[in-house]
Amino acid sequence: MSSPLPLPPKRNPQRKAKPSLAPPAARTRLGIRLSALASTGQLKLQFCKSCLEFAYPPREACPRCLIDDLEWSPISGLGEVIATTAIRATPNLYFRDRVPWRIGTVLLDEGPIVIAHLHGCCATGDRVRARLQLDKSGQAVFFALPEIENEFMNDDAQLREMTNDPKHRRVLITDARTPMGAALAAALADAGCRSIFAGVAELWRRDALLDDLSSFPKVELVRLDLTDTDSVRECAGEFGGKVDILINTAEYLRPGGFIDRRGLAAAKDEFETNVFGFMRLAQFFGPPMRARGSDGIDSASAWVNSLSVRSLSSWPEFGCNSACHAALLSMSQCLRGEFAGSGVRVVNVFSGPLETEWHDTLPPPKVAPSRLARELIAGLQRGLEDIVVGDVAKDIMSRWRDNPKVLERELAAGGGIDG
Amino acid sequence: MPDSPRQSYDGIAAVAPVTVPYERFSNRSAHWWLLKTLRGLMESAQIEPGKIDGLAVSSFSMHPDTAVGFAQHAGLELRWLEHIPAGGASGPIALKRAARAVQSGDASIVACIAGDTNHIQSFQRMTAGFSRFSLDAAYPYGAGGPNAYFALLTANYMRQFGATRKDFGHIAVCQRQNALSYPFALMKTPLTLEQYLDARAIADPLALFDCVMPCSGGEGFLVMRDETASELGIGSVRILAAFERHNAFADDPIQFRGGWVRDRELFWHQAGVSPEDIDLLQTYDDYPVISLMQMEDLGFCSKGEAADFARCRDLTNSGQFPHNTTGGQLSTGQAGAAGGYLGLVDAIRQLTRSALGKPVPDARRAVVSGFGIVNFDRGVCSSAAALSSQDS
Repeated sequence: MSSPLPLPPKRNPQRKAKPSLAPPAARTRLGIRLSALASTGQLKLQFCKSCLEFAYPPREACPRCLIDDLEWSPISGLGEVIATTAIRATPNLYFRDRVPWRIGTVLLDEGPIVIAHLHGCCATGDRVRARLQLDKSGQAVFFALPEIENEFMNDDAQLREMTNDPKHRRVLITDARTPMGAALAAALADAGCRSIFAGVAELWRRDALLDDLSSFPKVELVRLDLTDTDSVRECAGEFGGKVDILINTAEYLRPGGFIDRRGLAAAKDEFETNVFGFMRLAQFFGPPMRARGSDGIDSASAWVNSLSVRSLSSWPEFGCNSACHAALLSMSQCLRGEFAGSGVRVVNVFSGPLETEWHDTLPPPKVAPSRLARELIAGLQRGLEDIVVGDVAKDIMSRWRDNPKVLERELAAGGGIDG
Repeated sequence: MPDSPRQSYDGIAAVAPVTVPYERFSNRSAHWWLLKTLRGLMESAQIEPGKIDGLAVSSFSMHPDTAVGFAQHAGLELRWLEHIPAGGASGPIALKRAARAVQSGDASIVACIAGDTNHIQSFQRMTAGFSRFSLDAAYPYGAGGPNAYFALLTANYMRQFGATRKDFGHIAVCQRQNALSYPFALMKTPLTLEQYLDARAIADPLALFDCVMPCSGGEGFLVMRDETASELGIGSVRILAAFERHNAFADDPIQFRGGWVRDRELFWHQAGVSPEDIDLLQTYDDYPVISLMQMEDLGFCSKGEAADFARCRDLTNSGQFPHNTTGGQLSTGQAGAAGGYLGLVDAIRQLTRSALGKPVPDARRAVVSGFGIVNFDRGVCSSAAALSSQDS
């Protein structure tokens, strides 16, 4: 059984922060395929359809018949630990700071042998479930977990290096005066957050949402207006060094595309909040988070973007909003590059229309803010990089993966989500 | 289909064992160590550079050169050139291939050399980018390098066959005894079993004295016809048998045996002797467990019994089972690919009565075994050679 992670002690402000370190990131192009799978929590290995055998490590051809059409196929990950070691000496600075580090050889039921990071509960001879997990370098690794889950499984120190579990972490919700902000605050409190900084513009203006927010445990309302550079700077000055997980919930949403809109006022407001707001956050919260990415069990851990699935392909009924989110998606990719090596993961949560006033005109299914919050937190606990929430988002995502040009035409033809 | 018998190596001699004294760290390049080795070969055999028309070279740190660039750097005009990237298996492989080259007339005198330089960060850089499989599936797991993968093999071997840390310690302690008289060993203080057992843990169950120390160095020898050796008036050894084997037992879930198992029957048959006739055994000792594995897989004892076999024998040069006569890599240091030559070069010395350290009394026959390249979770290359003195 795992034991619960104690609340980390308060930091000594005079102590030197640990430098940002990451495990080895170099992979072959085929190896990066594993990282792409891990980013969404999938487990597949190459499979030869003639030999009916899996191949691992990633290869250019089947080692039995040399045919080169190995297919990435799902595999259970179930298997047995056949040997373990605890590494106590390594020249790699990331691991050197974390020894002893346990790894093991796992014989998967379907045949392949993998070297895996080991959960503290897993010993030689144990049945385990190996899954792909992004490590702090952002690349995939195998992690072997107990076959049967236990209560504090996610508290394991090695596993926690690979996940973004909000437990005992401090979270900033950038725009909490939204249905999603309130839902997140409630769910994060349940998930064991240490503190929740709820960013609110015009803090003096009280309303029901704000009263609701204040009622949750661990919530601290903080003044944060994403359209105001000074406000973002001031907020980062006070809280930037304490934010372990930043969740950008900002959303300025108006329907409409470009031809039928008069002037640029609405578009400017949308871009000001959604796009330039993101840039302000990156400029002022990025540096302190990047500096704390490897700083112990409660290090800075994740930057989360709430994206519309419209970021993938324009949905003309919300054309300007689609453009904002396409920009945000591109910016999130850039941010991943800028955070690379720091240990801070950029997580994108794609959802379809939320159950909010600006989506009144759309038929169900729509995503309830509480569901979005729940799945976002589950994705952080699992260590995902891309989280897709709700039926509409899943549908659009799978069509986009299948053929982005067909999806573009179907959406442009007004077929909308039903194609 | 069983392997067909090999032709003999009659008439071919290995001569001129050369070691360039090891250094822990060096600011020289690999080329310097390799050229120093070549120069040593010429001095040892009293030949001009122009006489060498074949070259086999092994090195991890020649980058960006290959054997071709190195040959030009060395000013050698060659009609036979081989790069052997088999790490710890390189020595017997070079010997075997060079012997065939001379036998067939493709070359007259082949210089077989291995060497590496060890800069402060060399070893870390090499393990970090060692191979595709290592990049994707091994190194990111704790970055322990070979220590971690061999810890897994050792843990499994102990569990499967009941070997203990004490058994591994016996190997290391006896080798240190040998190293005390070998002038080029880097570790020159006696090692007790207690010190071995109490040493700092590296990757469980491995501790400090299970692991080799990376260093700089060069090793080499020449291969030529018997007549050529006689004309030059230098001591030589005969090659009774040799083999190389790569990627054997790929389906074993974890390595508990190596390619030697596949070849040992033909090997002993070709050598015309049996394990009891062997006066000294040089195993590749990157970790003691691998030495035990070689004793089993080459047929000195049965599978799983090497711990018992070694435990009740004195493995020092004056003992009843002389093993790793220089102290092995565990006590002399691991000079990169030269580690794959260390045992072979000293076996030639022992059999030509020119031992630098304590000689193995009346040594007539030696077996030298190689093991190299942990590409993912196991060593891929294995090799061995049986040698005899000219008077046996």
